[in-house]
Amino acid sequence: MRTQYDQADVKRVIDQLEGKVAAAFAADRPLCVIGIRTRGETLAKRLIEGLKRRGFNLIEHGVLDITLYRDDLSEIGPGPMVRPTHVDFDIDGIPLLLVDDVLFTGRSVRAGLNALIDFGRPSVVRLAVLVDRGGREVPIQADFVGLALNDVPGGHRVNVHFAEDDGRDEILVEPRE
Amino acid sequence: MMKGDERRVGGVKGRDGRRDGRDGMSAKAGHHQRWTRKHLLGLQELSADEIRFVLDTADSFKEVSTRSVKKVPALRGRVMVNLFFEDSTRTRTSFALAAQRLSADIIDFSQKTSSVNKGETLIDTARNIEAMGIDIIVVRHPAGGAAELLSRHVKCSVVNAGDGAHEHPTQGLLDLYTMRERFGKIEGLKVAIVGDIVNSRVARSNLWGLKKLGAEVILVGPPTLLPRAFEQLGARVVYDFDEVVGEVDVLNMLRVQFERIGTSQFPSVREFTRLFGLTGDRFKRCKKDVFVMHPGPMNRGIEISSEIADGAQSGILKQVTNGLAVRMAGLYLVSQASD
Repeated sequence: MRTQYDQADVKRVIDQLEGKVAAAFAADRPLCVIGIRTRGETLAKRLIEGLKRRGFNLIEHGVLDITLYRDDLSEIGPGPMVRPTHVDFDIDGIPLLLVDDVLFTGRSVRAGLNALIDFGRPSVVRLAVLVDRGGREVPIQADFVGLALNDVPGGHRVNVHFAEDDGRDEILVEPRE
Repeated sequence: MMKGDERRVGGVKGRDGRRDGRDGMSAKAGHHQRWTRKHLLGLQELSADEIRFVLDTADSFKEVSTRSVKKVPALRGRVMVNLFFEDSTRTRTSFALAAQRLSADIIDFSQKTSSVNKGETLIDTARNIEAMGIDIIVVRHPAGGAAELLSRHVKCSVVNAGDGAHEHPTQGLLDLYTMRERFGKIEGLKVAIVGDIVNSRVARSNLWGLKKLGAEVILVGPPTLLPRAFEQLGARVVYDFDEVVGEVDVLNMLRVQFERIGTSQFPSVREFTRLFGLTGDRFKRCKKDVFVMHPGPMNRGIEISSEIADGAQSGILKQVTNGLAVRMAGLYLVSQASD
């Protein structure tokens, strides 16, 4: 089991992810891309840059903070900082791409879908994730996966780091402390 | 399931097994203060970091009020009680709306219709309500210290909506938020609070918050309503409004509280307005971009002229909007800390 993916690996994975996403949507039609704070947001920004290079020019960009929609607020201890959500455009009737860095239990994405309902009714919602590590606790699946890690042992966590947030690009599989 | 000791070790672990959950703060950003207080009783005991944390949290909640569905499920299933032993429409409504936006259930308890008229004590009243399953009590009471007293006798969270002349923390916070929104910061601001200071919990909460965040506070009023002892709390005490009117960035005009003032403190309303009101003439001598605030409800023409209150430099309506966001933040943070 690999435990470390470096900057070159991350670039390759994101490029592949971007290719899969670009193939699934029409470049000349509106598309919303919404990242789940925080690293989902960073990934969303990178995907948008890549999509724009591929000719997508009707992209609306938003960011979702799901803290208020979590189902485990009582279990994560003294609160994480709630940050603003920004979805400043109408999402009714257009395709929406939700972006997150790691898909594990699926509860964060579940919370994200809940949050989106309050903003409107997209024609379709697709999910893009950098890493899918299995271990779902709710019936949520990603439509586009950069890296599938099927053999992460229990007691380990998958950490995605981005240069913008953490100083460098890497994916680490580390034991939980 | 998270164990209590895992929580205490620190670090936020989301259900996804990730170290920093969804808080947007990696281990590096350790300077962010978490909120761990179960009650919000006053600003005097809060640190500057804690105050900034509440204001930052309020940013997120302000956004909720701009959506078409103005609700988040953060307090779904929780119950909040408005326990008001003093008349108040705006604060009570503001808290009620804040709770509703967080999807909490609300019980309104007004003194006039309660058993308090039959002699039930404050603590008994609260305990009886609590026995029905309450998560947050928002209390306003004419006696200073009432909120703290309550917090020691109930198991749920207590939020002080004003206790006598002691503190009104959410008003202090929303005033800070409004000033920060207008100027980008609090540090270095010169803020004058004008009027009936001695009877004002708004003045006191503002004073604590402003000092902690590095502003200069000037208290202005007649000697009968402004004891010099306030200097010991770090404020400049001024009895001549015209002396400072041109040097301040913010004017926070307090309501003349007719119901509190005995005749000896206050010869006539006209004299008060002449000496301490924000009249058109005085306004001309203010800084060009002075920011005018008022906790409400206003006595138009007495402590503030209508034109100024409704004018471009008035932040009064912004205070009301921000009050909602700040109260949502307060309710959210105390209920989180209780878990």
